[in-house]
Formats: sequence, C-alpha cells, structure tokens
Amino acid sequence: MAVCIAVIAKENYPLYIRSTPMENELKFHYMVHTSLDVVDEKISAMGKALVDQRELYLGLLYPTEDYKVYGYVTNSKVKFVMVVDSSNTALRDNEIRSMFRKLHNSYTDVMCNPFYNPGDRIQSRVFDNMVTSMMIQVC
Amino acid sequence: MEAAAGGGCGSGPSLLLSDGEQQCYSELFARCVGAASGGQGPGPAEAARVASGTASAAAGPVADLFRASQLPAETLHQITELCGAKRVGYFGPTQFYVALKLIAAAQSGLPVRIESIKCELPLPRFMMSKNDGEMRFGNPAELHGSKVQIPYLTTEKNSFKRMDDEEKQQETQSPTMSPLASPPSSPPHYQRVPLSHGYSKLRSSMEQMHPVPYEGRQPLVQPEGTSFGVSGAKPLRHQASLIRSFSVERELQDNNSNYPDEPWRITEEQREYYINQFRSLQPDPSSFISGSVAKNFFTKSKLSIPELSYIWELSDADCDGALTLPEFCAAFHLIVARKNGYPLPEGLPPTLQPEYLQAAFPKPKWECALFDSYSESMLTNQQACDLNGMEKTSVKDMADFPAPTQDVTGDDKQALKSTLTEALPKDVPEDPATPKDSNSLKARPRSRSYSSTSIEEAMKRGEDPPTPPPRPQKTHSRASSLDLNKVFQPSVPATKSGLLPPPPALPPRPCPSQQPEQVSEAELPPQLNRAPSQAAESSPAKKDVSYSQPPSKPIRRKFRPENQSTESQEPSTAVGGPASGATVKPHPTVQKQSSKQKKAIQTAIRKNKEANAVLARLNSELQQQLKEVHQERIALENQLEQLRPVTVL
Repeated sequence: MAVCIAVIAKENYPLYIRSTPMENELKFHYMVHTSLDVVDEKISAMGKALVDQRELYLGLLYPTEDYKVYGYVTNSKVKFVMVVDSSNTALRDNEIRSMFRKLHNSYTDVMCNPFYNPGDRIQSRVFDNMVTSMMIQVC
Repeated sequence: MEAAAGGGCGSGPSLLLSDGEQQCYSELFARCVGAASGGQGPGPAEAARVASGTASAAAGPVADLFRASQLPAETLHQITELCGAKRVGYFGPTQFYVALKLIAAAQSGLPVRIESIKCELPLPRFMMSKNDGEMRFGNPAELHGSKVQIPYLTTEKNSFKRMDDEEKQQETQSPTMSPLASPPSSPPHYQRVPLSHGYSKLRSSMEQMHPVPYEGRQPLVQPEGTSFGVSGAKPLRHQASLIRSFSVERELQDNNSNYPDEPWRITEEQREYYINQFRSLQPDPSSFISGSVAKNFFTKSKLSIPELSYIWELSDADCDGALTLPEFCAAFHLIVARKNGYPLPEGLPPTLQPEYLQAAFPKPKWECALFDSYSESMLTNQQACDLNGMEKTSVKDMADFPAPTQDVTGDDKQALKSTLTEALPKDVPEDPATPKDSNSLKARPRSRSYSSTSIEEAMKRGEDPPTPPPRPQKTHSRASSLDLNKVFQPSVPATKSGLLPPPPALPPRPCPSQQPEQVSEAELPPQLNRAPSQAAESSPAKKDVSYSQPPSKPIRRKFRPENQSTESQEPSTAVGGPASGATVKPHPTVQKQSSKQKKAIQTAIRKNKEANAVLARLNSELQQQLKEVHQERIALENQLEQLRPVTVL
C-alpha cells in the first residue's frame, strides 16, 4: 500500500528509493525530497537526540490530496520516508509504525553485511524483497 | 610421430580420422606411450622409440585408458581383438587408433565391428581416474562441455550441459554418467597435480578445437544455467586464480553423490577444508569470525563486492555481522560454487542451512587442543588481518578464552561459553560496522546470535567427537615457514637437564597466551649448562609463563623436574604436580647427560639461528605490509578529506 519507500542518508542523499512502477516516479522523488525539509524541522524541534523508538517515528509529515507522507529517523540520522495512498483509509498509525520497524530491521541487517559500506546505495536483495512485500501488501 | 605412424602402418583396417580425432588420438597415444616408457626405459630411449615411429603403448596404461572408457569388459576384449593388438602382440599406433575409434563407436551405441569405424564418430570419452595420465578430454565441436571431473565440486557438476542435442551422445552419456556417481577413491591431494596440469594442457591443446571445453561445471540442477556460455578459458583462469589466491592446496574432491543433483551439498573433504580455513581465521571453532575478518578473507576470492555481499546475506542466517562455523562453511561453499560458475541461488539451499550443516556433520576436531593452529596461524593471522583495535582485542579475548582449554572439561566449556557471551556484548556495541541504532533493535539481532552459539555449544557437547584426523599442514599461514613446533620440539627430548635460560629472542606477539607455549619449549633446548644466575631469571619467567597458562602445567612440569640445577628444581618442585618419576632420574644420569648437553647445545644453537633468520624474514615481510597498509590509510584519509566538503550542505 505504500506507493513509495525511500531511505535517505544522513547527508540527505538517497540510499534507496523505490516506487510502484505504474506511477510517475519523478513525482515521488520530488515528494520525498520536499519532505526532507519537514523531517529536518521535526528533528530540530525534538531537541536533544533521545534514544527512544517512539521518537524515531515522526508520524505524518504532511498530507497532500492524493498522498500522505510519513517519516522515521534513526539514531544515525538515516531517514525513512514512506508515501502512502490517501485513498487507503484502513491504514492506522500502528501499522505505519510496524512498517517502519520492519524497514529499520532490514536496514540493520544490511548494515551488518561487512561488504556493505555505509553511504553506498543499498543493493541487498533481501532488502529489496522486504520492500516489495511492503509495497504490494494490502494493495 | 603420430601422423607418420598413423599413416605408415598398413596393418589393420584403413582409418579415416578427422583432424580432431587425429589430435586427440595422438595425444592419447603419446600419453600412453609416455606413461609406459616412463616406467620402463630411460629418457633417450623413449625419445628414440618415439621418434622412430614404432612406439608402442604398453598394455598397462592402455588397459587403464580402456577401463576409463567405462565400457563393459567383454566389449573391451572385443575391441582389443578387433584392433589387432592381440594379434600383433602390442599396441602400435594403428592398433591404438582403431581401438579408440571402436571405443567411440561402442560408446555411441554402435556394435563393435570393423565397419563401425568407417563412419563419422565422436571422440571416445574417458573418465578421469586417479592416474595422472588419464584423459581429460573435450569433445569435438558438436558437443559442448566435457566430462572431466573437477576435484572441487560434487559429482553432479561434472555432468554435461548439452547445448545442441545430439541424441546419440545423450544416449551414450547416460550410461556413462552413472559411473560418475561412484566417487573415485583417490586421496584428495592427488587431484591437485593433474588439475593444474590438466588445465594448462586443455587450454593449450583444446582451445583451437573446442570452443567451450570447460570441465563439466554445468549444473543439471540449475535449469537457467546461463553461466555455461562462458568460454572455457575464462573459468579455467578463474580457477587458476582461485587456486593462487587462496594459496592453499585444494583438497576437495567430488564425492558424496547421495544426491547427485545438488551442487550445494558440502562433501566431507570440502567441509574439512572449510573448517581448516575457519580455524586459520579463528582458532576456536565454537566462536565466530567477525565481519571484517571474513570480509578480508573472502575478498581474496576475487569475486565482485555485490556478489560477496549477496553471499554474505545468504549465509549469515542470524544477521549478526559474524559467521559461525556452519555459516562460514555455507558462505565458503557458495563462493566456491560461484567461482566455478554456478549462479547464486535465490535463497539459501537447504543443504547449506546452518542447522542442517550442524546436524549433518559432526565436528570432530575441536577437542584436540589445536595448539598448532593457535601457535602458528593465530599469531600471524592476528597480525595479518586488517583489524581495528577493537576487533583485535575482541578476537584476542576470544582467543585467550579458548587458549587454556587444553584439557577440555565440561567446566571449561561452560566458562568458555559464558566468557564468549560476555565478550559478545562488549564487542558488539563497539563494533564500528554496526550503526548506532536503538538498543532494543540491537538486542534483537544480538540475541539471535547468542542463542545460536549456545545451541551450537550444546550440540557440540552432546556429540561424541570422533578421533581427529591427522592435522593437515598449515601451509597457508605465514608462520608455517617458521613452524615453531617443529623447530623447538625435536630438540626437547635431547635436553633432559640444564638450567632454563632466559627465553630466546622471539618477537613480541600480540597474543601473549600463545607465546609461552613455544617459549617454554624454546627454553628447554638451549637450557643446558647456563649460568645459575640465569636460572633465577628463568624461573620467574617460567612462573609467569605457567601463571598465564595454568592448564598447560602438565607439559611444563614434565620438563622442569628434569632440570639439574637445584635452583630451578626448587621452584619446579614447589610448583609440584605429577612430575613424579622424572625427578629421580637426573641423579644417576648426570654424567651421560653432560655429554649429551654439548650436542644438544649445538643443535639448539643451530636451530635458534635458523629460527632467527626465519623470524627476521617474517619481520621484514610484516614491516612491508605495515607500510602498505599505512599508505592505504593515508590515501583513504585523503579521499575522505576531499569528499567531505562536497557532502556537507
């Protein structure tokens, strides 16, 4: 149901970005890019960095007429941005949280791979599969 | 020679050989002749025989060759009769060629008749057996792939991938494929020489005729098998580079054909090899290899980083950034398979799952205290591995813990396990490779590794390990040239008395726990008849040594009571222990030993000099490596500096 999932590095360049292919991908890229500003705003508003998963989840960043954008930031300032379809009203906050948690876990697994250099694009097949499963989950 | 002989001899039916056949047959014939005459006459005689064109292949290698064609015995008899060897009494070139042609006919399913050889036939195929002179044949250009066995992989990999279907060939291949299932019983190291030899031969002789003469790596299992299309030279080169890069003798063989369709099954030899490699990186098989160590090791295989990354993903089942022994075996096996051209699977095959690997093969060699591996490979590999400081201490911690377990009791294992698990949380949070995520998230993957190690240890303890096979030579570790055990041990029996001198000038190693073992043994050879003052020095050194390695006391106590000096005997007896009968000996045998001492001193001096030279060489090598690493680091730092201003927005 997520139409676009992106992993942004600390320096605000994308490590991984994937959208459902039927849409115009450029639109999603632009959305994710603009949402980064909102993410930064929320991060700075949080004050001291607190190691609490609850505050890693940023919640709804901003809604548009068609889509909603959710954000999540890790302790290392790696951001996950997820764009979901607004028409899908069955999505609850908890579900979004759980999706982000799954994303975070998969990201950690990618990090554990010694052949992965932090800052590279994520090319892990396992990560891909997980994201794909998330994107076609409840569609 | 062959061409002349082939055309010259008139006896027997007229042969029409294609170019490919001509070449193959002549090569076979030369080999048989060479094998025959190599055992018989001197070189010049053989050359003369060959040059004169009347060379005859002896019955022995020819019989072997025929047997390798996997035809039934009576067929071979028929062939031998037909070709005229029986009549003539020997295998001349013509007879040999006729016989080969008849073999090809028989393998194609045609009756063994003289008329059969008139038609166009493919080349005969022979199984490569343990004899060095046996064939590694490529088929002519109609067929792709050949049937030579590869020592690396299991039997299924030696089957063909037939690009264009020739029914005849398929028929004949099916009966000959079943013999593939029977593993050759030759010892593993046998294959090494013919392997490399075969590669060069193949490359040189076959490439002009066979576009793809790659030895049967084509899997039957993987239907996509796209990697087959690679030209023969490339995988050969890969394998040669693999041999070089790992710089270990390949002791793998294609055995274990219970499931001939599974290329992912690890054979016993392969498993032993993997375990040895594991031990070279991490002496304690119950512990695991950290990510960076494994990365450096696997990078040597010259696979691309994405592929290695994917292999890691597949094999690191619990995603903890470290490889346990079954995970390591799985990863290694995947790498070997990939090097041999197998496409990587989508998921970890069931035979490579860690649980399966643990259950399938018992782990026999852990109980043998692995002093050799500790002493040699541990020291050098610690220096060799590109570890950061934390990794070094972590590995050292883990090495220190297993070090004392010479007498492996249950208590020791408990202590080991608990110390390992304690070391883990210390190690893991400071591992720079893992991101600094929340503790809860980190706890989840870490707990998985904990449980896996405990399960493994429980399983280990439950199994009764069989007696360990003789340990293979650790030729790949750099200290093998030093081979401290061999240097110091033989001189030990010779030295039954004397004082313990100060330890010889061994370079300071990062792991002090390993050092004292050689130090103790090193002390003994040059120990004789030194000044008593040195005994005083040595006994505190000895005490330190004994302190740092309490379980090794039984070894040292055996030697200590044999010291003649009272000063050194006092501390030794003060240490006590089951030294018993040895203490009584020195008194009556004083005179004899004094004469032995001189010889022992001399031998010890010589050995020390050798050891010195080796160590000096080792030192210089390491210095050079250190320089290189420094340079690399400087280059990387420069890069980082250059990149930094770009990314900061």
